[in-house]
Amino acid sequence: MAKAGWTDQQIENVIGNLLRTGVGLSAAVVFAGAIVYLIRHGTSLPDYRVFHGEPADFRSLPGIIHSAFTGHGRGIIQLGLVLLVATPVARVAFSIWGFAEEHDHMYTVFTLIVLVILLYSLLGSGWAF
Amino acid sequence: MNIFELTILLAMGSFVAGLLGALTGLGGGVVLVPLLTIFFKVDIRYAIGASLVSVIATSSGAAAAYVKEGFSNIRIGMFLEIATTIGALCGAFLATIISTKALSIIFGLVLVYSAYLSRKPRPPDQRNMPPDRLATRLKMNGSFPSEEGIRHYNVQSVPTGFSLMFGAGALSGLLGIGSGAVKVLAMDQAMKIPFKVSTTTSNFMIGVTAAASAGVYLGRGYIDPGLAMPVMLGVLGGSLLGVRILLKAETKVLRIVFSIVILTLGAQMLYKGVTGNI
Repeated sequence: MAKAGWTDQQIENVIGNLLRTGVGLSAAVVFAGAIVYLIRHGTSLPDYRVFHGEPADFRSLPGIIHSAFTGHGRGIIQLGLVLLVATPVARVAFSIWGFAEEHDHMYTVFTLIVLVILLYSLLGSGWAF
Repeated sequence: MNIFELTILLAMGSFVAGLLGALTGLGGGVVLVPLLTIFFKVDIRYAIGASLVSVIATSSGAAAAYVKEGFSNIRIGMFLEIATTIGALCGAFLATIISTKALSIIFGLVLVYSAYLSRKPRPPDQRNMPPDRLATRLKMNGSFPSEEGIRHYNVQSVPTGFSLMFGAGALSGLLGIGSGAVKVLAMDQAMKIPFKVSTTTSNFMIGVTAAASAGVYLGRGYIDPGLAMPVMLGVLGGSLLGVRILLKAETKVLRIVFSIVILTLGAQMLYKGVTGNI
């Protein structure tokens, strides 16, 4: 273990803060989007009985970002949800660094495998593009 | 009913689900999908999408607290996440091809089984197990702060636990739930990990497992912002409050009531699936 190396406890503390920040940030963004959405569409009629699938704007990252930054409530909500999904991914990415700092090669590789699976799911399903 | 009224009702229902889920330790996700499909007549695919994102929120929120207390074992979690994420990917792809009737039936069976598991008396922790070679090589054995001071444990049956975790991941991806019950079963019963460590490590893993299928769901248009918003905020609020009052509350009666609710919802999901009324 390196002299300036991190202990498990320190890494756990950072992970705890990372998770809390991610969830808090995402909830705040979703809430902000909710206000815009409800002011604009609160009196419209909902339709969730029949499955249409979401429009491309809410299915791909560029679509979501564009929709959010042009002030659409549902786009802002969806951006908040993307931040939420990104939170555990960021946790895994940070863990790779943490295990590498501890010189735990076996767990660095295990964590890398998990990150690859997550990125495959997020990028491979086409929504990020 | 307009969107504003529906949003308020959804947020309140989700708040109660999150509160009960946290208080009983059974998770709120498992009742969300039946709540949305049976009472709000939402298509099961939208319901699964909304449930999945709220599972990420509650898991990450609670995990933040547990990790700091030193109960969850990051190495066990990380290693088993290889199985749960691959399972979740498979489950999410499966969800996009099987019929909504089949989804409803599988969901019903999982609910009935969860209700059964929650009533089954738990055998006491088996202590002083001999170290297992594979678990030792994988550096899984650990310790945690218990009432009698720091307690060490030796992890058993890693291959069995790993396979069960694949199943837990597949169910999570298929149904948009955390499948904490199966995760705890794998760790507590198969791998002989102390209950407190199992539940907190399971919680820690749920967010990562759900994130693996969230990409597939987003890409397929299952996650509707208007629906996911009240559900996610409601469940998160309810579970945060639940965790806070957990220490003072008497949860025995609550657990019985909640498991009856789960059983009833399971029977309804089964009925809807079989009659094709979904």
